[in-house]
Amino acid sequence: MANGIIEKVKEQATSVWEKVHGSQVAESILRPGSPFKKGYSDTPRNRSYVIMNNVLYHLHPVKVKRHGVRLSYTLCLGGISFFLFILLTITGIFLMFYYAPTAEAAYSDVAALSTSVAFGSLVRNMHRWGAHFMVLSVFLHMSRVFYHGAYKPPREFNWVVGVILLLLTLLLSFTGYLLPWDQLALWAVTVGTNMAGFVPVFGGQVKFLLLGSVEVTADTILRWYVLHVLFFPFIIVIFMAVHFWRVRKDGGISGPL
Amino acid sequence: MSDIPEHLLRRSAEAKAKALGIPVEDVLAEMTGEAAPTPMDIGEQPKVETVVAPDPATPAAVPVAEPETPSQEPTPPAPVMAASSADAGDVDYDAAATKAGMPASLLKRSVEAKAKASGASPASVLAEMLGEEVPAAPPAASAPPPAEPAPVEEITESVAEVVEIPIVEPAAAASVAAEPPAASRSGGATAVAARPLAQPEAVPEGVRTQRLLTVVKANAIQQVKSEPTDKVNTWPHLMIMEFAALLAVTAVLIVLSVILQAPLLESANFNATPNPSKAPWYFLGLQELLSYFDPQIAGVTVPTIIGLVGFMAIPYVDRNPSTKPSDRKFAIFMYTFFMMGAATLTIFGVLFRGPGFNFTYPWADGIFFDDLKDWVNF
Repeated sequence: MANGIIEKVKEQATSVWEKVHGSQVAESILRPGSPFKKGYSDTPRNRSYVIMNNVLYHLHPVKVKRHGVRLSYTLCLGGISFFLFILLTITGIFLMFYYAPTAEAAYSDVAALSTSVAFGSLVRNMHRWGAHFMVLSVFLHMSRVFYHGAYKPPREFNWVVGVILLLLTLLLSFTGYLLPWDQLALWAVTVGTNMAGFVPVFGGQVKFLLLGSVEVTADTILRWYVLHVLFFPFIIVIFMAVHFWRVRKDGGISGPL
Repeated sequence: MSDIPEHLLRRSAEAKAKALGIPVEDVLAEMTGEAAPTPMDIGEQPKVETVVAPDPATPAAVPVAEPETPSQEPTPPAPVMAASSADAGDVDYDAAATKAGMPASLLKRSVEAKAKASGASPASVLAEMLGEEVPAAPPAASAPPPAEPAPVEEITESVAEVVEIPIVEPAAAASVAAEPPAASRSGGATAVAARPLAQPEAVPEGVRTQRLLTVVKANAIQQVKSEPTDKVNTWPHLMIMEFAALLAVTAVLIVLSVILQAPLLESANFNATPNPSKAPWYFLGLQELLSYFDPQIAGVTVPTIIGLVGFMAIPYVDRNPSTKPSDRKFAIFMYTFFMMGAATLTIFGVLFRGPGFNFTYPWADGIFFDDLKDWVNF
């Protein structure tokens, strides 16, 4: 008896799923060749369509060199850097909901993440450690590219773009460093920006531009907040777009050693 | 041919042998240039003909086709106007425009340009253009000059891309073939039309036959420079790896974030300078340098000249084209040297600097690095 009911429920569920999966809505969402489409079969043509008929085509070609797929060649460091950037964007947006960039509120807002926001502590930790990881993975990615000689023609300019991306990563991390507005943030930024003051001729102006004042003050926090959540992400996304585009246009991943 | 990797050549030969139904060895021999190329079998024994544009100025020279000749190539009907006005010199564009249903000025410009390009007189060009549009003229009334059968070997060797169109019915095919082939005039690619020997009528309904419409040389479309390489589909081979890496990074980051609390010290206080004050770890190498050198050097020259400009210039300074590690020992040494230097300075700054940024042993006095504060106490 019970078995019969279960069979019937299974049958019903299957037929409902078949209807939904084959419906016009599902058909319109999934482009031809999507692995989630009804009746997908694992053929060379469909394997090509998965990329070609997809937004992924902006990032990946249909085919890649066989040696480039080996984990031991790239260690996936560039991909990990990009993924960490996405992860930092997601956690960063979450943090923005609970943070006010003023000298009065900043510190208590960050402290409140640990005490009165669901998963607040976890997300803040992920944002902080993820940022450190990103600096590390971008640096390791650069080293991997160097040791493979992958900056050689025709990839010279993409190396330059990559160095700019490393600089932007450091700037993103550094501008975020101030935002908790604790002793660590204040004095680390003081030390860091003092170095900028040693720039010849217009060192003072550079420092003033960075801090919005001659020293780190309450005004600096707003300035760095805007740089951190808006300006540098905007710039780095543009350079990342160029970087990824050039990877493909310069002939994909570099050759084997 | 010899620069193609063996396994790629083998794979290609196997596919071709399978498609043509001939032994692999024959294909391999042909590919490596040891044997004459096999004529490509398209459709059912195609007869290759060159479509030659009829000369409208001499319609009398066109032989009348035998009605039952199967290989007859329908062409533009012999223009009636051509015989009468070809030598007249002046061309009546207004009348022609009315006939063609388009503005006289446009027709004139088109005819003159075409006449200039082909070297024929404007009148004959006009006649040809109009002649095609006369629906009353039966295609069977004229036949092309005997087509020169092109040598099959020559053509198949230059085949890069075969444009195939299905034959729907003879009349439609005739209108397609009747287009004056511009390519044959400009001396570019050879346009050939191969038709099956069997009559199209014999093809059962619902079966679509193919015919070779044109043969375009490879270098006319694109210049292929790249060497053949072994490639795999991005999906699934690469994307599975990327997805695995993505999951691994997320998992590691979540686990780390659960067990390791990000530092949060007391609220910022301008009047209480901590001792020591340290920059973020990635700038600590520079801060370490600052304790040895003048700020102009350690704070400005090193980071901008070496750190930025120097790194960006690497591809333009290193002119060695080889990527083999054994060929670029100096470059690898230099990079490793600088990286080891930076790492040493950073580790020094993180672990071995205590109050007043003086040297300490971390095992004796503890670590003065607040980023790791909770890690150390864990």
